[in-house]
Amino acid sequence: MRLHHWLGLLPVLHAALGLAVANRVKPFVLGLPFFMAWIIGGVLLSAIVMACVYRLDPANRAPQGDEQ
Amino acid sequence: MNAALAVILLALLFALGAGLWARRGVRMDLAQWSVGGRGFSTVLVFVLMAGELYTTFTFLGASGFAYGYGGAALYVLVYTCLAFVMSYWLLPPIWRLARRHGAMTQPEVFAAAYGSPALGLLVSAVALLALVPYLVVQMKGLGLIVQVTSYGALSPAVAVIVGAVAMTAYVMVSGMHGSAVTAVVKDVLVLAVCAFLGFYLPAHFHGGVGAMFERIEAVRPGFLALPETGRNAAWFASAVAMSAIGMYLWPHAFSAVFTARSPRIFRRNAAVMPLYALVMLFSMFAGYAAVLNVPGLSGGRIDLALLELSIRAFDPWFVGVIGAAGMLTALVPGSIMLISASTLLTRSLYRPLRPNSSDAHLMWVSRLAVPLLMGVTVALTLTGGSSIVALLLIGFAVVAQLAPALLSALLAPSAAHHAGAMAGIVTGVGFVMATAIGGVALRDLMPWAPSWLQDLHPGFVGLILNATVMLASSRLRRRPALILPRPSP
Repeated sequence: MRLHHWLGLLPVLHAALGLAVANRVKPFVLGLPFFMAWIIGGVLLSAIVMACVYRLDPANRAPQGDEQ
Repeated sequence: MNAALAVILLALLFALGAGLWARRGVRMDLAQWSVGGRGFSTVLVFVLMAGELYTTFTFLGASGFAYGYGGAALYVLVYTCLAFVMSYWLLPPIWRLARRHGAMTQPEVFAAAYGSPALGLLVSAVALLALVPYLVVQMKGLGLIVQVTSYGALSPAVAVIVGAVAMTAYVMVSGMHGSAVTAVVKDVLVLAVCAFLGFYLPAHFHGGVGAMFERIEAVRPGFLALPETGRNAAWFASAVAMSAIGMYLWPHAFSAVFTARSPRIFRRNAAVMPLYALVMLFSMFAGYAAVLNVPGLSGGRIDLALLELSIRAFDPWFVGVIGAAGMLTALVPGSIMLISASTLLTRSLYRPLRPNSSDAHLMWVSRLAVPLLMGVTVALTLTGGSSIVALLLIGFAVVAQLAPALLSALLAPSAAHHAGAMAGIVTGVGFVMATAIGGVALRDLMPWAPSWLQDLHPGFVGLILNATVMLASSRLRRRPALILPRPSP
């Protein structure tokens, strides 16, 4: 397991942690229920994490088209 | 005819016209009709894959589920997001496996990976079985839209039949090319309508999104989080896990894997697609806006929440625009599913049984399969009373049962042989169908179990049984010698 593999686990951990600690309506975050805000945070986290993974993964640095 | 129906009819004519226009100058054989001749560009593949995300489920299902079950509806956001994260590592190996064996359909991939045509047949049967509730979802959506936007002039049954005829006609004229062109228009329209409704409806009825949530919390405390029993945290986690695993096993999603030129496309998409999923949040806002204003919808009728609220807020012509967006979200993915299903039926079930059929004959069978499948779908739509999300979860529960065999082939090819894989799939699908059709809940099967165990989604329990049976029976019997030796390069 390289670093970018571990990064891929972050969204899963975030979701699991959400069920443990974020299953509540209050406090409201930016007008949204806490549970919802947590999950939206997870979506943004996933996008950022996957962008980092894409950068870190050596498979994406090879010239286009020689995929193995 | 009112203004709403007129707008929807115009949109339908546009979609049919775009389908006819797109096939201009293209000779229609089976490959052209079903996979667009494998010549789609990266952008078009992306649009098609993303477009499959915006179905009736997004529009009516997610809003209805938010209306009916509050915080539990957010499972949709979590599973789509996690499915995209997994796709980064899952899709490239599938792409390579398919290329190595020259497989062009999902059953062919399984058959090649395990050296077993019988497994291929079983996989096509399971995929077809899973597509049926998904198609029923789209038909139900079309029916609801026609029924509501005709302001009650058309009965639900007539509405479903009108919708079915429209979709069958659309698919038979255009095939995959029509889907691609209309998909772009559909995505733009749905995005705009969802975003607008998601902010306008809460503002119009409650004075803003934040104010809306505060009012809901005041009237129904805890509704916006997960309850202690029923659709609780255990249900949420199991539904997320099962759906995330199942998402790329849908035959139509799986076949998008074959259309891509290089696996890097999937890895790039994995970063962009989670944001795409946020659109569903808007449609959920619209569903939450209906909680206090359209009380009393329950069971299969929760899917009406968004449309009922829209009727109270807008002029008929704009209800027509919403209906048109809704119709396209049913028509486009529905047509892709219909094509996938008829191709599956022809290539993976009919052809292996009658290997000498000519291409022209197969084309004919494939087109005949469309009205046949539609007939079955309409019959099920008219007789069933489940909500969109409940139906879709059955489909996900069935299709996810293909995951243990696929993951084993990709990660640990020696852990399971074809007989074990087949035994696992039959066990998992059998369990899911028994709970879905027999209406048996885990609560009845295990009255002694703790609450969190009883509230797991049956599809997730099926997955565990499936994997256990697969690994155990593969261990009992050694890998048989009928596996073909891999050709040396």
